Amino acid sequence: MKKSIGLAALAAVLACGGANAQQVNVKIGVLSDMSSLYADIGGPGSVAAAKLAIADFTKDHPNVKVEMISGDHQNKPDIGTQIANQWFDTDKVDMIIDVPNSGVALAVSQVAAQKNKIFIVSGAAASTLTGEKCNANTVHWTYDTWMLANGTGKAMVKTGGDTWFFLTADYAFGHALEADTAAVVEKNGGKVLGKVRHPLNTNDFSSFLLQAQASKAKVIGLANAGGDTINSIKQAAEFGIVKGGQSLAGLLVFASDVAALGLPTAQGLVLTETWYWDANDANRDWTKRWHAAGAAAAKYPTMIHAGVYSGITHYLKTRLAMGAGEHDGKSVVAKMKSMPTDDPLFGKGEIRADGRVIHPAYLFEVKKPSESKYPGDFYKLRATIPANEAFRPLNEGKCPLVSG
Amino acid sequence: MFEIFGIPSQALFGQLLIGLINGSFYALLSLGLAVIFGMLNIINFSHGAQYMMGAFAAYLILQYSGLGYWAALIVAPILVGITGIIVERFFLQWLYKLDHLYGLLLTFGLALIIEGVARNYFGSAGLPYTVPESLQGGRNLGFMFLPNYRAWVIVASLTICIGTWFVIERTRLGAYLRAATENPTLVRAFGINVPRMITLTYGFGVALAAFAGVMAAPIYNVSPQMGSELIIVVFAVVVIGGMGSILGAIVTGFGLGVVEGLTKVFFPEASNTVIFVIMAIVLLVRPAGLFGRRA
Amino acid sequence: MERVIDPLTKKPPVWRKQSEIIAFVIMVIALVVAPFMVYPLFLMQAMCFALFACAFNLLIGYVGLLSFGHALYFGWASYLSAYAAKVWGFPPEFAILTGTVTAAFCGIVAGSLAIRRQGIYFAMITLALAQMMYFFALQAKFTGGEDGIQGVPRGHLFGLIDLRNEMTMYFVVLAIFLAGFVFIYRIIHSPFGEVLKAIRENEVRTISLGYKTERYKLLAFVLSATLAGCAGATKAIVLQIASLTDVNWPMSGEVVLMALVGGLGTIFGPVAGSFVIVAMQNFLGEHVGEWVTVIQGGIFVACVLLFRRGIIGELAALLRIRL
Repeated sequence: MKKSIGLAALAAVLACGGANAQQVNVKIGVLSDMSSLYADIGGPGSVAAAKLAIADFTKDHPNVKVEMISGDHQNKPDIGTQIANQWFDTDKVDMIIDVPNSGVALAVSQVAAQKNKIFIVSGAAASTLTGEKCNANTVHWTYDTWMLANGTGKAMVKTGGDTWFFLTADYAFGHALEADTAAVVEKNGGKVLGKVRHPLNTNDFSSFLLQAQASKAKVIGLANAGGDTINSIKQAAEFGIVKGGQSLAGLLVFASDVAALGLPTAQGLVLTETWYWDANDANRDWTKRWHAAGAAAAKYPTMIHAGVYSGITHYLKTRLAMGAGEHDGKSVVAKMKSMPTDDPLFGKGEIRADGRVIHPAYLFEVKKPSESKYPGDFYKLRATIPANEAFRPLNEGKCPLVSG
Repeated sequence: MFEIFGIPSQALFGQLLIGLINGSFYALLSLGLAVIFGMLNIINFSHGAQYMMGAFAAYLILQYSGLGYWAALIVAPILVGITGIIVERFFLQWLYKLDHLYGLLLTFGLALIIEGVARNYFGSAGLPYTVPESLQGGRNLGFMFLPNYRAWVIVASLTICIGTWFVIERTRLGAYLRAATENPTLVRAFGINVPRMITLTYGFGVALAAFAGVMAAPIYNVSPQMGSELIIVVFAVVVIGGMGSILGAIVTGFGLGVVEGLTKVFFPEASNTVIFVIMAIVLLVRPAGLFGRRA
Repeated sequence: MERVIDPLTKKPPVWRKQSEIIAFVIMVIALVVAPFMVYPLFLMQAMCFALFACAFNLLIGYVGLLSFGHALYFGWASYLSAYAAKVWGFPPEFAILTGTVTAAFCGIVAGSLAIRRQGIYFAMITLALAQMMYFFALQAKFTGGEDGIQGVPRGHLFGLIDLRNEMTMYFVVLAIFLAGFVFIYRIIHSPFGEVLKAIRENEVRTISLGYKTERYKLLAFVLSATLAGCAGATKAIVLQIASLTDVNWPMSGEVVLMALVGGLGTIFGPVAGSFVIVAMQNFLGEHVGEWVTVIQGGIFVACVLLFRRGIIGELAALLRIRL
């Protein structure tokens, strides 16, 4: 717990008598999965993103002193809860950020509410974090399952993919993703021809893919994540599914998954993300600095890392605006919601009453190998979904903070 | 085109064929395990990690030497087999006099180490590896589209399995091996270098795992956890077949692949539990496994 | 028959009973004082796992049966306890009781299936059963799938004592842990325990002496499962969460590691082992983040090759006492 980076204010500046330079002290904890499944989409990359955010902010505002520690929840809700409790109680952490893995995120969200501290989720996907399980101490950045379903589902239907077959991981997340996407497909005039549920962590998808092929649906929706998605896509290529005319829609795919597949296998895959490292010069520059801050050279930052940067930046802005002294979680979050967000990575956005951060989403298609000019050149942009359409409408979430 | 239990026959035959293909992976992997247990009385829990090493070796061989799949099929098992020999010489040989379970615990620890190191250096998402050009594409068999690579998997697997079985059960070398397991002292008295045979046998078992890994690399995600997901199932296969029996491992591997394939058609959500259910039943009814010799 | 434990020492143990009692007193004092110096939530978690490891050790250390699926009892008790407290509104003592009873029931069913075989086959059956129950937990609605059951209320013990106070909760957990520990101690040092050790040494001879070994083994199995369940049920109330991690096979592997590191076949071994492992998981994460799995693997290897007797075992051998 003591891997603290003291990015301290320059005492000299204060000593020189900056009269209105109030000292704001903040401690941030980056809680992620450092060593297992989500280490690539979060993990040490999140720590690097956090360092960047802190460095950038304190350079412009030297009177803000930020301490950062990091921890590994190993995808176990027990350990996540334990660390969150300890950080809030003993280590005086004000805000915890990241936490990939929805189960752990939900647990930490409860802890933050109990202790009246702050939790900014960048890594987890569960849309219940701003739905039924929302609370006044939690802010959900980057993405959620509703946005993924809506982005990919609606966009595919509108561009001709109106018959769907789902390949769903047989557990709550998979079912939720499938249900959300099916609803969007049908609302936009498409039809769901069928579905098949596979056990979590299946190696071999051939029998499921055969069924998908036989359905003759125009789009095969992959309502699964991680290794399951990668295996489905890899084997779909083997069975010539995309060559045979059907499209694959990855409902939860990150740039790191595309890197794992390689372009020859992943080409043509359609997915939705809210941030892509190669989208513009600002992102590219940031990526270079991200590598310098300690991320592995061969990896590319995912939208989760960008979310960590953006979340910390906005948090620090809020704390600066609130001035020195102690502020409890609820009041800080309320202030965060009252200030619009603006940072070089996500542009302008806002935090809604339910804790959901709104920013635009992008529908990407994976390039063919011939179209890719350099390593990491994965996506071409198919559509941009404006911020107010990308996320679930405020009144549909059943968040107790919203429905009066 | 007729229907069996509501599933069109085409789909059924397709799934049976797929089941057979999966079964060949199970057979290859359980063959290695059965060889190691049958000959050495060691429960090699790091088998999954060694399978993963084979796949990673294939990737690295491609990255650093440009040699493709066909070369990797030979080079990777040799490399990984050598690491197996090192493991045996440095770690396992001290455990032969003890209860089997220590061997299990040690190899379990080794598996954790190998997997952890791989994850630290390569990340958890996985590495790209594609089907070699000569095996890409497939043919339409009427009831399903069969990728050429999958057909190759069956052929290669059957060849290796039958070859290994033949060597162990029908040749002189195999006879020495089997004798050495039953009575090492006597066999040594005949002048045969038993420790060296044991070392080489372990290396061979590990090489088999690595071979399966190379075969898997083009179609399954090459990730550090690819082995641990598979290892429990493979253990179930070996236990059902009979822990010391080579033939048992091969037959059960293919058989269970088919059973799993059928389950995926009729009751897909249960397809990963069916193997354990069968294992529990077999163990209760025939404790030594279907073909096993020792109780 | 297969024996997993090397004999600790060839000489007759010196100060046998006294050493165990002294060690027990030291342990109690340490645990009473600890929460004032170390973060209590961590200690509570460690104690739950210590009880779990002690229960596991009962089977392997004293009966010689390696169960590779002990997470089944721990995890399912955890789920039922969490569900009882959260959804049925049970007070904590009944929630824990519900969890424990569930584990006992699972133990009876699993035990009667698994006891028929020995050694590696026994281990494989326990693993298979645990895997099946894991997949069932994954699918069942009431377990909350991969999110688990969250926000389990601490409640009021006996309707009076508010368990949200960390120190109060701590002493309740300490009481449960000590009760379980003493219970195991009594089992081991009883005629029943002697028969178990006889079975471990030579089952055939024990049968020939007229003992129905199957029944003894089954009873030991059920007791082990029940105590593991008690640990799981308590953990659910302490950490206020029950999740898939509790029923998954790495959890079974972890308890083996805890017992191995501490010392198989010693009474205090599992306690030491679990504190070490839980501390490692919670505190090592930030320093060596990515290396936690590798370190755990390394410890396994080192213990099997070099420190087969585990921490407590080595200590006991050094001091020539029984621990």
